[in-house]
Amino acid sequence: MSSLPIFDVAGSALAAQSVRVNTIASNLANVDTVGRTPEGAYKPIEPTFETARIPGQEGMSGVKVLRVDPLDKPAIKRYEPGHPMADAEGYIYAPDVDPVAQMVNLISASRGYQANVEVLNSARELALATLSIGR
Amino acid sequence: MAGPFDNPFGLSALSLPLREQRLKVLSSNLANADTPGYRAQDFDFQAALKGAEDHQRRVVASPSRGPLGLGGSGDAADAMGLSSGPDFRRYVTTRGAQQGSLDGNTVNTETENAAFGRAVLEYRASLTFFESRVRGLMTAITGQ
Repeated sequence: MSSLPIFDVAGSALAAQSVRVNTIASNLANVDTVGRTPEGAYKPIEPTFETARIPGQEGMSGVKVLRVDPLDKPAIKRYEPGHPMADAEGYIYAPDVDPVAQMVNLISASRGYQANVEVLNSARELALATLSIGR
Repeated sequence: MAGPFDNPFGLSALSLPLREQRLKVLSSNLANADTPGYRAQDFDFQAALKGAEDHQRRVVASPSRGPLGLGGSGDAADAMGLSSGPDFRRYVTTRGAQQGSLDGNTVNTETENAAFGRAVLEYRASLTFFESRVRGLMTAITGQ
C-alpha cells in the first residue's frame, strides 16, 4: 500500500500505454516481414487492458496489460516468383498490418500517455504543496 | 462549550482528504480511458463533506471527551473525520455514459481532464484555507 496511490494509478497507465506503443512499433517495423508459408509471416499483435485494483485503496483502479494477443488476421498471399522467400508456386505471405489503423492506435496511445503524465505532474505539485504546510 | 480550539482547523481539514479522494477517483478514470468495460466513476464531494461534518459533530458532542477534543473515546483524527477512510466508498458514484463505445468503456477523456484540472484547483484552494488556519494558530501560540 502506498501513501500516494495516485502515482501508482498514473504509473500503471503509463506502463500499459507504453506496452501498447511497443506493440504498434513492432507491427509497423514488421510490415514487410514476409514468410514462405501463411504461418511464417509476421502476426500483428495487440494488447488487451484490464482494470487493476490498488491494494488497500477502495474505489481506485489502475490498469494493467491482461495479455498481448496476435490479431486473428490471415496473411496476405502475394504472387512474387522472383522473391527469395517465394514458395514452389511463386507465392509469398505478407502480414496483414493496416498502417492507418496502427497510426490511429498510436495517436490514441500517446494521448493517453500524455494525459497520465499531466495527472502525475499535478499530483506531484499538490503533494509538494501539502508537504510544505506550516513552513 | 464551543471555543476556537474545539475545531481548530475548521472545514478545510475535513475537506482536504475528501478533495484528495476525488483526485484519486478521477485519476483512475484517466488511467482506464482505454480499458474495455471500464465505467467512469465520480466522487460525490458534497455528500462526503456533509457525512464528515455529521461524523465530526457526533464525535465532538460525545460526553466522554476531554478538553480540546483529545482523549475520551475518539482521538483528534476521529474528530476531524480523518478516520472515516473506509467510508469513502459510499460516495463513489458511476457516471452515465455520454457516448457509448463498442468496448463498453464510458470514460470521456476530455471531460475527465477538465474535471481533474478543476479538482486540482479545488484541492489547492482547500490547502490555502488550511494553511492560513495553521498560520493563524501559530500566531496565537507564539503571540507574534
